[in-house]
Amino acid sequence: MSYARERTEVVCLSADLTSSCEADGFKEAFPERFYSMGMTEQSMMGVAGGMAREGLVPFVTTFSVFVTRRPYDQLAMAIAYPCLPVRLIGFLPGITTPGGVTHQAVDDVNLVRGLPNMTVLDLGDATEVETVWQCLDEIPGPVFCRMLRGEVPRLFDTPMTLGKTRELSGGDDVVLVTSGVATDYVREVVAWASARGTGVRHLHVSTLKPFGDDVLLEAMRSARLGVITCENHSVVGGLGSAVCELVASEGLATKVVRLGIQDRFTHGGTAKYLARYYGIDSLAVARAIGALSGEAWARKAGGLDRELAEELAAELEQWRETLDGAPGHETLGRAGQAEPAAANVEAL
Amino acid sequence: MSQESGDCPAALVSERAWRIRSRVLDHTVRNGGGYLSQACSSAEIFATLYSGLMRLGPSTGPPEAAPFDATPGERSAVRLLGASYNGPQRDDLDRFVMSPAHYALVLYATLIETSRLAPISLEQFNQDGSTVEMIGAEHSPGMEATTGSLGQALAVAVGRVLGRRRRGAKSRFWVLLSDGELQEGEMWESFALASAYHLDEITVLVDANGSQCDGPVAEVLPIEPVVERLVAFGWEVREVDGHDPEAIWQAASTLVARRPLAVVCRTSPWHGISSLAQRAPRFHYVRLSVDEARRAVADLEASRAGRSGG
Repeated sequence: MSYARERTEVVCLSADLTSSCEADGFKEAFPERFYSMGMTEQSMMGVAGGMAREGLVPFVTTFSVFVTRRPYDQLAMAIAYPCLPVRLIGFLPGITTPGGVTHQAVDDVNLVRGLPNMTVLDLGDATEVETVWQCLDEIPGPVFCRMLRGEVPRLFDTPMTLGKTRELSGGDDVVLVTSGVATDYVREVVAWASARGTGVRHLHVSTLKPFGDDVLLEAMRSARLGVITCENHSVVGGLGSAVCELVASEGLATKVVRLGIQDRFTHGGTAKYLARYYGIDSLAVARAIGALSGEAWARKAGGLDRELAEELAAELEQWRETLDGAPGHETLGRAGQAEPAAANVEAL
Repeated sequence: MSQESGDCPAALVSERAWRIRSRVLDHTVRNGGGYLSQACSSAEIFATLYSGLMRLGPSTGPPEAAPFDATPGERSAVRLLGASYNGPQRDDLDRFVMSPAHYALVLYATLIETSRLAPISLEQFNQDGSTVEMIGAEHSPGMEATTGSLGQALAVAVGRVLGRRRRGAKSRFWVLLSDGELQEGEMWESFALASAYHLDEITVLVDANGSQCDGPVAEVLPIEPVVERLVAFGWEVREVDGHDPEAIWQAASTLVARRPLAVVCRTSPWHGISSLAQRAPRFHYVRLSVDEARRAVADLEASRAGRSGG
């Protein structure tokens, strides 16, 4: 809000999901700078591009699927090609919604990463949501930023810096690279692995394009057993792909295990169920660490035994309770109005 | 915002329209093919627009088209290169956004006939390393947006008008559409937005030549009744003979407050070159044999004689 108050060139375009994207505060504070576009995602891209050509900085807010997959050609031609300062804010990233396949943006990062001129961000916590705005000023071209709404975990106490990898833990054996909400989903695995004698260096990347800094590169060079990536997105074209590209182009000989949605369409459910089902939680990472360490239970074909999986999950749950600030979730954007996770069903 | 356009210089427009056709025909013959029928249908529309109907400043673009240098992401100045041929970006001047970029050759010919572009620039048409591209982008002379993917220009104009309103300016935006692209869903999103936001700065001219790549629009996918559909979307709509400069001029000269204006120009894809008619229903991209080329040139000459005689 204070960002928009200081910057009169900022306008907001919304495609019929204003309160669902928490843009209603902007609408109330700056009604003359708020544009209701209705469900015209294709035109909305052209309109945002046109406004940017006249010196405005349009923020386009809707669900992530509707700023990427649906109006992709318009995004490419009206915004990315002319390299205009449009900010695309995509809510419901990945499999964080019960809305099902139509509302789950599992390929959004892949789509926008393929467009030249785009900066691609995937935010991991409340601090990043609060501080990303300061980063935007330094980006002259278009930005795609996916983020959670409502209940958002708080993990970091330093502001976000573009392109800078955050290090959550040190460790010499396995490098774990996560982005977006996956960082919070899996972070207890570090303590779990440490107790079993495996050191995990946990890195959080919020800038997916441009990709890779010295911290990330140095970590991948030093990974003794391998690199694990975990993302709330398809393993095609997102964080995992970007890491593989970097590893290959640097000529590193490390193995990369990509956790994420394994090139399949998804279905609706609670975030916790979906993270478990599609393997973007600490259980999946624990198994990957086990496999890299050569442990037989983890390398078993066909997945973990049910009993073992339950036991391991319970163990990880206990480690999670030991984390600082756990459960660490808070509601952003609507002071004093906690939005229960179930209310995410509203207005889908 | 320009509303008082004065009288239509009909003789000048007709002469320019003939020259646009002639230049495009000449180019088509020499290159073994081209978007000739688009010139036949839209020459009067372009000539009318660029003969005082649009209020444009003098071109600020290089008289001889620049070679390809970079895309806008690599060098942001490129973003305004095509637009510079339509004059400086000033709130008191009009802007022209061409939606069907396949009309690029017609646009280049128009810029040449109105002394905004040197004739030699056409030698660069569709040559490697050139900005005078077959289906251009915003570095191409006269193009203000990258619109080769059809149906997208009106949305850009809507955004630009809203953007100018934010700084208190009201500038007229002219958008040329082809009729085939009215099949695109985005067109109707943009028609709805322009009327919902009462954008009377926007004037759309539709080159309704009834022809698209696969054949007649009516057979590929009917779009009629265009006039009634646009009226239903809240537009002020006028239907004219698109080969009659005075009719186009008059229809586009009076605006209705708070309503965008559409002028549906009924045209023929072989106007001025009657022997093209036998190619029906395929006009999208025309290739001429030696005999056909000779006949086309003779037709065009005859159309000029007929016009000056009548």
